[in-house]
Amino acid sequence: MTQDNNNYADVKNPLMDVLRHDRMPHIWCPGCGIGTSLNCFARALEGCGLNLDKVAIVSGIGCTGRTAGYINLDSFHTTHGRAIPFATGLKLSNPELNVVVYSGDGDLFAIGGNHFFHAARRNMDLLVICVNNYTYGMTGGQVAPTTPLGPTQTTMPYGNFENSFNLPFIADACGATYVARWTAYHVKQLAKSMQEGLLKKGFRFIEVMCPCPTLYSRRNKLGDGVDQMLYYKEKSTIKNEANTKEVELSYQGDIIVGKFVDRERPTWLDSMNNHLSKALGDSFSPYGTNGGNHGQD
Amino acid sequence: MTNSSTEKKGKGTIFVKAEICKGCSFCIDFCPTKAIGFSNEFNQKGYHYPVLVYEEKCTGCDLCGLYCPDFAIFGVRYKDLEERQLKQA
Repeated sequence: MTQDNNNYADVKNPLMDVLRHDRMPHIWCPGCGIGTSLNCFARALEGCGLNLDKVAIVSGIGCTGRTAGYINLDSFHTTHGRAIPFATGLKLSNPELNVVVYSGDGDLFAIGGNHFFHAARRNMDLLVICVNNYTYGMTGGQVAPTTPLGPTQTTMPYGNFENSFNLPFIADACGATYVARWTAYHVKQLAKSMQEGLLKKGFRFIEVMCPCPTLYSRRNKLGDGVDQMLYYKEKSTIKNEANTKEVELSYQGDIIVGKFVDRERPTWLDSMNNHLSKALGDSFSPYGTNGGNHGQD
Repeated sequence: MTNSSTEKKGKGTIFVKAEICKGCSFCIDFCPTKAIGFSNEFNQKGYHYPVLVYEEKCTGCDLCGLYCPDFAIFGVRYKDLEERQLKQA
């Protein structure tokens, strides 16, 4: 502690228990928003009141994929794009776990896109947090499925002409029970939203927009991380329950943030138990309703 | 920043772990009362870290702690500080 508050030299950071402080400083660039999103997630974990031994975090490859190594939970860093299949297996083999998938836009929507759609369609009981920085940060700034029309990227030297995904709309259309979008600027709302997500059932999706100062901002002369945060502050409007069709992003354009969808649907396990109980009668004993040790005793 | 005396000027204070700060200035730009500024010194990695420039302005709201991507800073209200110390002891 450089602050010479000698009387309080032993005051600890309130997030000490949730993070692996021996791993700090982390690998993210100065001005990157992934750390801020992780900070909000750590606070959500502290505030949610869940037993943290029963929370697991799974991440894919990429800058955001490193989060699993910095959070002091049971965590796994999977292969590229396969965070959701791994988390699905984890959830189904131990239904009492609360599984969080924390990954980037390239991992979840490019190589892992198919898995995302089907996990949402099945309403698998996962919380998926997607950090969207519009680009592939770790590999050098290639065009990602979320890059809006216009900006220059290493694989699009004259500007991007591919249409981008509207992530909340995809999640909504595939049947997610909770869909929200926040930026790294909206820290309080993001922490609250993550907390809500942790406590809800079903497929929950939170998109976090983050500055990428080293690749996206620098190549497009948008300044550093703070300038992107100021852009989020200026151009974002909070519109809860907005129609997800209308929340598409554009290059340095308006951003609509908020909680878009919050509904109830039976999860995959509930549907299976219901259906098989009806179909098989008493010969079927429901799975995952008695603490998750079904079939092992 | 020498606040080694026991006198308390504002409602709260910040704690900075300078060696893991990367100088992104989120805490400085988004401090609601603009109480934080850059230090004149460098840390080991060559970044200027934040210091509490206007001690009387700090309310200990911990928004700097919520914005910090590097978990290098957090704010505390003085009235919560004693409680927290008791809990830790």
